[in-house]
Amino acid sequence: MTDTERLCYDVVVIGAGGSGLRAAIEARLAGKKTAVISKSLFGKAHTVMAEGGAAAAMGNVNPKDNWQVHFRDTMRGGKFLNNWRMAELHAREAPDRVWELEAWGAVFDRTPDGKISQRNFGGHEYPRLAHVGDRTGLEMIRTLQQKVVALQQEDAAVHGDPEAMIKVFAETTITRLLTDGERIAGAFGYIRENGRFVVFDAPAVILATGGIGKTFKVTSNSWEYTGDGHALALLAGATLLNMEFVQFHPTHMVWPLSVAGLLVTESVRGDGGVLRNSEGNRFMFGYVPDVFRAQYAETEEEADRWYADPDNNRRPPELLPRDEVARSINAEVKAGRGSPHGGVFLDIASRRPAEEILRKLPSMYHQFKELADVDITREPMEVGPAQHYVMGGVEVDPDTAVSSVAGLFAAGEVTGGMHGSNRLGGNSLSDLLVFGRRAGMGAAAYLDTLAAAGGARPAAHEADLAAAQAEALAPLQRTGGENPYTVHAEIQQTMSSLVGIIRREDEIKTALAELEKLRERAGQVSAEGGAAYNPGWHVALDLRNIMLIADCVAQAALERQESRGGHTRDDFPGMSPEWRKVNLICSLDGDRVALRRQPMIGMRADLLALFDRAELEKYLTDPELPPAGQEAS
Amino acid sequence: MKVELRIWRGDAGQGTLTDYQVEANEGEVILDVLHRLQATQAGDLAVRWNCKAGKCGSCSMEINGRPRLACMTRMSLFDPAETITLTPMRTFPVIRDLVTDVSFNYAKAREIPSFAPDPSVGLGEFRMQQVDVNRSQEFRKCIECFLCQDTCHVIRDHPENERAFAGPRFLMRIAELEMHPADTADRREIAQDDFGLGYCNITKCCTEVCPENIKITDNALIPMKERVVGRKYDPLVWLGAKIGRRPKHDTAAVPAKKG
Repeated sequence: MTDTERLCYDVVVIGAGGSGLRAAIEARLAGKKTAVISKSLFGKAHTVMAEGGAAAAMGNVNPKDNWQVHFRDTMRGGKFLNNWRMAELHAREAPDRVWELEAWGAVFDRTPDGKISQRNFGGHEYPRLAHVGDRTGLEMIRTLQQKVVALQQEDAAVHGDPEAMIKVFAETTITRLLTDGERIAGAFGYIRENGRFVVFDAPAVILATGGIGKTFKVTSNSWEYTGDGHALALLAGATLLNMEFVQFHPTHMVWPLSVAGLLVTESVRGDGGVLRNSEGNRFMFGYVPDVFRAQYAETEEEADRWYADPDNNRRPPELLPRDEVARSINAEVKAGRGSPHGGVFLDIASRRPAEEILRKLPSMYHQFKELADVDITREPMEVGPAQHYVMGGVEVDPDTAVSSVAGLFAAGEVTGGMHGSNRLGGNSLSDLLVFGRRAGMGAAAYLDTLAAAGGARPAAHEADLAAAQAEALAPLQRTGGENPYTVHAEIQQTMSSLVGIIRREDEIKTALAELEKLRERAGQVSAEGGAAYNPGWHVALDLRNIMLIADCVAQAALERQESRGGHTRDDFPGMSPEWRKVNLICSLDGDRVALRRQPMIGMRADLLALFDRAELEKYLTDPELPPAGQEAS
Repeated sequence: MKVELRIWRGDAGQGTLTDYQVEANEGEVILDVLHRLQATQAGDLAVRWNCKAGKCGSCSMEINGRPRLACMTRMSLFDPAETITLTPMRTFPVIRDLVTDVSFNYAKAREIPSFAPDPSVGLGEFRMQQVDVNRSQEFRKCIECFLCQDTCHVIRDHPENERAFAGPRFLMRIAELEMHPADTADRREIAQDDFGLGYCNITKCCTEVCPENIKITDNALIPMKERVVGRKYDPLVWLGAKIGRRPKHDTAAVPAKKG
């Protein structure tokens, strides 16, 4: 271990996207010495790709909005499988978190009276998304990045070193969490630039690694999304919740092939865009499910009136939650009514003036013009679903963000529960802020408890460090093994074709058998070249995480015999109130993923009272319903 | 279709241009072809990339000598018979192959005094008109690809200027803060004295390579130069400072890390 750097911190945050940076800021504000580990350069995390906005019931555009309405929309969007306490905290705290960004320098689009503007989005009853054109994620990451810099400037003034209290380790990847008995003791990883290993001794680790997109073939997710945090949590003894729920966002570019999966923001629909099939029909009117029937327009005339007069008209069905729209597009294409390249048409050109499209959707204009030669102010876009988000993730305590392992916290996409079976657009950026802050607070409080209890800090074991190093070096030292890129591509192909947007028992079983063979191969890959900035080696190391996550998703998808949100079973098309009471928990048993059922905790009475009994009847079993006669106020 | 690539391979010590023949399909960009090269012939070829959507600014490199994002450079731009040359950004030290050490930029970012709103404004109480934030928003479209820094002749072949010159991206950051309606600091003197605004002789090379089409020179650097002149040489401003009606000094630049 001579070439290994060893560093001591209070809190190590793994991930430098929205939730990681927000958590790190909070930990530093609480006086904790904080390291931020970034797989990319600082400010490049996947959060930059978020387009539409951050949902927060500020009521700037429609004063009727408040946290209760936001909570209701979130639970409906997740088909009531959400951890209701997380949904409650999220809806209550999101406005303060967005306003806080403004005080840190974010420049959101404005309303005529100078407040933060808010836009319409799928599943949100009122205009709710704080935004900057269609590049809100970039604004958020840059603001948090600049807040970290501002704190470093304060530290430079006090300590003479800007990195005394918060330091960003760019292009660094963690491959193992270190434990001391039942508690976290630190993290082990490598620095991309030179391939050197680094050990962080720290009693608190916050996972903020985002999602699992690179488990699938067509995804809007960036290179980093290899399920690192999900896998690290499992390997450290923590549990994952409801991994079967994977969001296939309905609208991505389908052509040219090289950009298939590039996101087309939901704002296109929020701002007036409509979906049409090859026959020119607005097919979404035919796909409004019963549970949403009351809230969505039945005619094009009513839908079109809604944009100007939302109080007296119902919403266009293009703005149904993402899972509904994605399945509908899938069905249209299957029925032979798709566009030339296997998608459907998204038309805003015929519905809004070119000037307005350019102002509200500049990135979309740019993206289609430069990559597909399509001018979206003149012609429709061709779009189709792609993997976009994972609702499942690390099981955490809603208030403190702690996982089932002491000292291990998690926030953002890597966690499960908040979004239930389907996430509403705009609820991710606000989730990152709300629970990033809570994870930072949770870690700081844990450290205070440790200090108050006295005794030694948890310490990593030398044998674990040696094992972590051997594991990381294996693909470089092995010769004649398989190409890691090939194995990765086959895992993605297997998951996309057999555990994708529509699932069936026999196909999932085939996938599990395929994964079994791929696991053997993933363990035998070799990477040519040295340890310095070697992408082949990095892919080889990511394979362990991708394999574990693929296994969790497939096993949970096989177990849940119903269709709900981001889990659609062709052989069990209905939504079952009995299954709503069931959480599926993945853990590690030896080196294998084990799955068990865990009952859902019933919703608090005051939150239950926010819904009409008639609506609850669609989701809950009889014993769970409030006594008849009690109605929403 | 096969394309010919000539790629700089090596590290900080030394390197050479290496030729490859790679399959390319309709609609692809340079980064697709590089990925195919990695997957089939050169597994350890170092390329920095992330979003592959022109949003993160990671895959900056020089393509036939021009600073570009590999993910937004379509293959259809080139003659099919042409050999495409890919080299790392010249202004920054090479780490490996097409990847450079861009830490210069992060160091400069840390020297600029941060956003300084009036501390008495509470959460949710900011009131700003869209027309007043348009300019700062234009500059905040910046994805920090550092292509403008790479192309700027002040530092491209003159590393000796790096200490005194922050580069277009960070002079634009100063302009963004100066034009922010809720900011209270004054960075006009330090823009000139500490960040080297005077080195810029508005050749607009930065604007030309900006993948976000930000009018860096026209909208940030030239107006900033005008503000500096106003601050430093306007007799009324001078008098205002003398009689104590205007602050005498800027917010100080933050010292760079020692050592």
